[in-house]
Amino acid sequence: MSFDVDVTGWRGEAIIRARFATGPGVTVLVGASGAGKTSVLHMIAGLVRPDRGHVRVGAAVLFDLTQGMDLPPERRRAGYVFQEPRLFPHLTVRGNLLYGAKGPDRLAETAALLDIDRLLDRWPRSLSGGEARRVAIGRAMLSDPAFLLLDEPLASLDPARKEEAMMLIERVRGEAGLPILLVTHDEREAERLGDTVVAMTGSTRSG
Amino acid sequence: MLTTVEWQVLQLSLLVGCVATLVILPIAFATAWALARGRFRAKWLLDGLVHLPLVVPPVVTGWALLTLFAPAGPLGAMSASVLFRWTGAAIAAGVMALPLAVRAIRLSLEAVDRRLEEAARTLGAGRGRTFRTVTLPLALPGVLAGAVLAFARALGEFGATITFVGSVPGETETLPLAIYAAIQRPGGEAAAWRLAVLSVALSLIALVVSEALARRAGRGVHVL
Repeated sequence: MSFDVDVTGWRGEAIIRARFATGPGVTVLVGASGAGKTSVLHMIAGLVRPDRGHVRVGAAVLFDLTQGMDLPPERRRAGYVFQEPRLFPHLTVRGNLLYGAKGPDRLAETAALLDIDRLLDRWPRSLSGGEARRVAIGRAMLSDPAFLLLDEPLASLDPARKEEAMMLIERVRGEAGLPILLVTHDEREAERLGDTVVAMTGSTRSG
Repeated sequence: MLTTVEWQVLQLSLLVGCVATLVILPIAFATAWALARGRFRAKWLLDGLVHLPLVVPPVVTGWALLTLFAPAGPLGAMSASVLFRWTGAAIAAGVMALPLAVRAIRLSLEAVDRRLEEAARTLGAGRGRTFRTVTLPLALPGVLAGAVLAFARALGEFGATITFVGSVPGETETLPLAIYAAIQRPGGEAAAWRLAVLSVALSLIALVVSEALARRAGRGVHVL
């Protein structure tokens, strides 16, 4: 079992609910925008606290109120690639990549895999959107994650770049062998990339 | 170039300005943090109290300090080491400068993108490391700006200081007080001019140094 998630939480007026248990490989969470997909990733990463339920990844219990378990984000080992790159503007690409890493061992290898080895001494503000996204993926991969969370990794890419990014994700899946949870609103992407596809029907509005 | 008395005034002003700035900086940072990030009911009260010296006539602030540190006052035990001493001048300058430092630091803390802090947390950094490696470096230009503003305000402090600790040459007579004393003295214009030029030069140097520091902080952000 890779992801075993059952969470309920309030986001303002809306209730976010998600429940799925999936096998190894890539799980794709698909649903219209506003369905609360990003909130679910935040709950798994520990950035948003669910009101009820549990989050387990592999053998690790990350959140379970009945067991009094609520690991802080820094101890969940989530390799979270946010919808925006969120690179640290005061660190170079190298500094960003190594921020969560234990040492520089896998830097060269990862940078080569992502085709960002020429960018190591650049500042984030000088990167193109696609480059920044690849650096964000590399930073997450180098932080020794137990699983990867990818939020709309293909959004706002042109078709050629999209194809490249999909191949990249397939490569990361192959090389890292980590459970991956990917969020998208595009059902074709979901079909192609997902070993398991989970549909989020949307949040329930209250009152 | 400078006379002995002018050197004395200059040294005293720098001492008072530096001590006031260094002492209030951590207080200002903690206050700014509470105002920018804290969630508590009495926030409006803290906000109001910190800003009082900015809106109340300085002479009232000075008188309040005098009441506080008078031998029979609540902090009377310290009166001997504060009243008519340079330490008292530093306290007056610090209290007057605090709101400016708090405002600058608070703005820079509010401008720090919280999403970057979230990213740091998911990368394995606890609250402490996130603060040291993300929040503080991003807020640094604002902290420097706050320090410079506070220093400039402390150098220029007049009303609260003269009310609280008087104008004792060599002990509490900083540049503005010395300039005022020179103007009051018949034939003191020349001395006043020299001191006035000195204080303008000092302020300019502080500004230039702070600009340089802010640039070296890495983001090329202008302090003012």
